[in-house]
Amino acid sequence: MSESPRRIAIVPAYNEAKNIGALLDELREFDPEFDVVVVSDGSYDRTAEVARSHGAYVVTLPFNLGIGGAVQTGFKFAHDNGYELAVRCDGDGQHDPAELPKVIAPVLAGDADIAVGSRFVSAEGYRSSAARRVGIRLLAVVVSAIARQRLTDTTSGFQALNRRALELFAADYPHDYPEVEGMVMTIKHRLRLVEVPVLMREREHGQSSITALRSIYYMAKVLVALFVGLFRRSVVPAEDL
Amino acid sequence: MIGAQTPLKVSLVATAASIVLLVVVFELIRSRRLRERYALLWLLTGLVLVVLSAWRGGLNTIAGWFGVRGYPPAVLFAVGLLFVILVLLHYSTVISRLSDQNVVLAQRLALLEEVLTRGRADGRAVPLDRAGEPVAKRDARLEAEQLPRT
Repeated sequence: MSESPRRIAIVPAYNEAKNIGALLDELREFDPEFDVVVVSDGSYDRTAEVARSHGAYVVTLPFNLGIGGAVQTGFKFAHDNGYELAVRCDGDGQHDPAELPKVIAPVLAGDADIAVGSRFVSAEGYRSSAARRVGIRLLAVVVSAIARQRLTDTTSGFQALNRRALELFAADYPHDYPEVEGMVMTIKHRLRLVEVPVLMREREHGQSSITALRSIYYMAKVLVALFVGLFRRSVVPAEDL
Repeated sequence: MIGAQTPLKVSLVATAASIVLLVVVFELIRSRRLRERYALLWLLTGLVLVVLSAWRGGLNTIAGWFGVRGYPPAVLFAVGLLFVILVLLHYSTVISRLSDQNVVLAQRLALLEEVLTRGRADGRAVPLDRAGEPVAKRDARLEAEQLPRT
């Protein structure tokens, strides 16, 4: 890896025309070395046009694949175009580009293959409902046990990846709600994962895609997926990475 | 001890129904509305039901094995239900595979489209010539080099 690896920010976006321009400007301001690819996940507003006019590469999915499919499209783009460092930064403005240095630092230093920005390593800056907290806490306990490593925020999409991690996720990435399973995959492939504390922002426009009823469905699905995943063979053998 | 018997009428009606199922499946395959790989389970279902319906002695014996004392045709229901469950499970796997393939196709399409529209503010595809060079760019280059167009 050279002094300054080619780096790209992957921004999945579904109807985020209002938020995306500001985010792209912030990203550019934060670090002009970052290329940006926006994955418009079946958006029917002007997300793609706005992103293009703010200088991002734009990949437009023909219909909505859900966050996992969209993010993986970004990983494939980064992988196919030879990037060595990728960060995922969600298009709803929740992920603050000012926090990026913290997230990419462990990967740049070669201490980790994947670094995840956690809202809970230190308890400031993020509020959410009690029910959601319990759910997130439960997932953290389960995933920590599987990973044999203390993990606090298994649903965070604010992540930095090196080339090895990109190779894995371009080939195989869980759909729907991918962060939790992605973490377990990472561990199973013996990639090094670290959490770093970050502050996250509230959404500026629109609603989060996760509602109360759906969080229960989400929990059930993720727990089943985690359990079954324990008995599954890796798509990409760990030795190949 | 002689177990309960299958009534002749039940046997006749069940046999007729199973044969109708087989004929319908056969016709669907013949007219290419059903692919063989998805029809195999249906054919198997039809065959098993025909045999069990028509062969009353067999049905009675099998019912005896499973401890069905009162009404042997109940075995027909059980076998029919088992096959329906198998067919549904098979369909679930088919649907899962199709939706996975659909995701891969959508992603590949979107990535290819990005290559074709890269650098265009309007997001429209750039026509490429056989060497992969944008046609407009090639024409401008040839113009500049004062060479005849190919």
